[in-house]
Amino acid sequence: MVLELILGTLNRALAYGTPLLLATLGEIYVERAGVLNLGIEGMMMIGAFSSFVVAYATSNPWLGIVVGAIVGGLFSLIHAFSSITLRANQTVSGLALTMLGTGIAETLGRSWEGKVLTSPIKSFSGDFLSSLPGGLDLLFKDSNLLVVVSIILALVMWFFLFKTKPGLFLRSCGENPSACDALGINVWKVRYLAVLWGGIMAGLGGAYISIAYRPTWSSGMTQGMGWLAVALTIFSFWNPIYAPLGAYLFGALFHLAFRLQVFVAPEFLNSLPYLFPVIALVFVSRLAFRKKIGVPGSLGKPYERGKSG
Amino acid sequence: MLDAENSWEQKPVEVAFRSITKRFPPDILANDRVSFEVKKGTVHALLGENGAGKTTLMNIFYGLFSPDGGEIIIQGKPVKISSPREAINLGIGMVHQHFKLIPTHTVAENIILGLMSTSFFFPAEKSEAEIRALSEKYGLKVDPRARVWQLSAGEKQKVEILKALYRKASILILDEPTSVLTPQEAEELFATLRAMKEEGKTCIFITHKLNEVKEIADAVTVMRKGRVVSTILPSQVSLEELARMTVGKEVVSVVPRKTLSNRIVLQLQDVSAMGDRDFPALLNLSLSVREGEIVGVAGIAGNGQKELAEVIVGLREVTGGRIFLEDKEITNLLPRDIASLGVAYIPEERNLGLVGEMSVAENLLLRGYYQPPFSQGFWVDWEKAEAYSEKLISHYQINPPLSDIPVRLLSGGNRQRVIIARELEQKPKLVVASNPTAGLDVSGVEAIHKLLIQAQEKGAGILLISGDLDELLKLSNRIVIMFKGEIVGEKEKEHWTEEDRREIGLGMGGVKG
Repeated sequence: MVLELILGTLNRALAYGTPLLLATLGEIYVERAGVLNLGIEGMMMIGAFSSFVVAYATSNPWLGIVVGAIVGGLFSLIHAFSSITLRANQTVSGLALTMLGTGIAETLGRSWEGKVLTSPIKSFSGDFLSSLPGGLDLLFKDSNLLVVVSIILALVMWFFLFKTKPGLFLRSCGENPSACDALGINVWKVRYLAVLWGGIMAGLGGAYISIAYRPTWSSGMTQGMGWLAVALTIFSFWNPIYAPLGAYLFGALFHLAFRLQVFVAPEFLNSLPYLFPVIALVFVSRLAFRKKIGVPGSLGKPYERGKSG
Repeated sequence: MLDAENSWEQKPVEVAFRSITKRFPPDILANDRVSFEVKKGTVHALLGENGAGKTTLMNIFYGLFSPDGGEIIIQGKPVKISSPREAINLGIGMVHQHFKLIPTHTVAENIILGLMSTSFFFPAEKSEAEIRALSEKYGLKVDPRARVWQLSAGEKQKVEILKALYRKASILILDEPTSVLTPQEAEELFATLRAMKEEGKTCIFITHKLNEVKEIADAVTVMRKGRVVSTILPSQVSLEELARMTVGKEVVSVVPRKTLSNRIVLQLQDVSAMGDRDFPALLNLSLSVREGEIVGVAGIAGNGQKELAEVIVGLREVTGGRIFLEDKEITNLLPRDIASLGVAYIPEERNLGLVGEMSVAENLLLRGYYQPPFSQGFWVDWEKAEAYSEKLISHYQINPPLSDIPVRLLSGGNRQRVIIARELEQKPKLVVASNPTAGLDVSGVEAIHKLLIQAQEKGAGILLISGDLDELLKLSNRIVIMFKGEIVGEKEKEHWTEEDRREIGLGMGGVKG
């Protein structure tokens, strides 16, 4: 009974946590390359909206997912251009991206408001679930392929970042771009690719929300998840391997906020997933910045050749 | 003499610079038709003051800047170098003055960074054997698995050289390589350079230290204000001649006052403090400074000198022990209270002492703005402030003499004058100066030294923390050596000798004298 409760909570944590995980994984790469992108919320909204529209029109959810990822990626290039090429203030540029993304999605999305997707992504079939060994069927009930893909992505992205040559280049550009430049690494290219990847992942996260998690369109449906992803990036010490822990923890909090409404004031519960990161971040960032765990040395600093630092 | 000349003359030319010209907007001519030749298998010094154009020229050679005119010829072939990658492919390696290393990465990761030829998976692990072989061959001992932030400055430099050698560099540029080294580490570096010469490799050695030119260079090109003054063999000129060629006029050195009083201005009793990374940075350190005395603190950067300065001026918490200014205890008082008791602070990083976007006048006012005559209750009397600033600018010869321009537009030497003007005008009893001349050229250094000695003559005790042992030997009445947060040696002298220098150098490296 207790096991079932735990598995049930975990099951919902997976469902809620997956878009957070996707967006966080993307942002980890962006920040590892030295760029701060606060536009995740906007990219997720744009991804959610474009994928919903495509899936709605074509009745093909997978096409919607792909389009959401592509649009998210393209959209992130605005931030790449302003912060890498024009060397604009990254905080301002990222915030602008969020406003722009949510604004566009909500304006264009008016005529789809409340529409329901008739062909969402299919959850795992009963046959598949019953073939899983004990308990796992409960864990993955109502889950879908994207959930599993995001977990695999966390592992692959961890391996790529820490055990391969391009991963080393990526981390180095976020630590000391002028050193990389002096060694012939194209810092601009690496950073553009990282931001692009971050956009694709955020777009994918958004697509998951509107196509798999809640197959409908309503404005503001990302519920600030993009901001949580910014927090989760720090929470996971900029390491993809820790990202699932954080994402599912927040996922569980979302679920518990829903479940415990009977006992505790819902206003308080609903604020938990947002309150918790504030508290966690105070501790984690203190640790991270004092001991320099993970925090990329040149995070948020535009790189210009010939300028020191 | 003739032998030296002959053997240098007969060597083949490795690199020739022909009329290299580089302008920076609006109208700074950083390199003006610079031409000279570097011979294969030699150490070629590039000597000049800051702003002489040495680093600009080497940045052009390394593909970081593109020249506005002239050409570079390597082994008889004109080359276009438009990026560091092309420079590397041409066999050029550069050890920058500020290390281009990534502190959180391992030594091996730093060395292979940017190399396309390394393997895709586990690149660092797979290159360790080759790195070990190279360090063996050139006497550059470092552990490939160590994290760079754990290394000393000397070791970091070894990593930089290994990085170049790993890329099969045949021409190595070193930008002021000894500025961060102890005398012993500098000797090791010279040994490595000699080993590289044996291999037929060529080194271009940027420096403004004359004695180094004498010691290691086979030929020297002196630059001044963007132009080549001359290319000569060091054996054929005296140090004085070299100095004159570099500066363009006679350099008059100041001499500190030697008479001392016995009144103690600053007293530290068993002071302990933590560093930024929660490691103990100061361990039961005791120290005193007398009235009118310059106490030099020698040591390799990172042995607690920064923390020492910060606990005295109140910027870092003292976790044990007590600090006295004359007979008043100042342990853990607020920085402003300590300053108002008569402690001046010239911080290590100029950005800490100035607000770049604010004007010279405003920066000069940062200590006294809240007190009369500048403060009138809620308001600042800008007319008085302006007049005060004009007075200091002329007295301390801050150039350009404008009080309303943002301080970031000033050169390093003039920014330092702004700090010193502000601090010394408070008539301090104690001056804490942390590397006050770092990055300044010969005339800038002399000017700062003069100001410090003036403060000393007015009776201030001066705690001079410096990584430059020559500076300490020139100014100090007494020198203490710091190593791992402790004072490991102390000497008081009228005149410092070569023997003292050697002994202090050893102490800085942790060998107790």
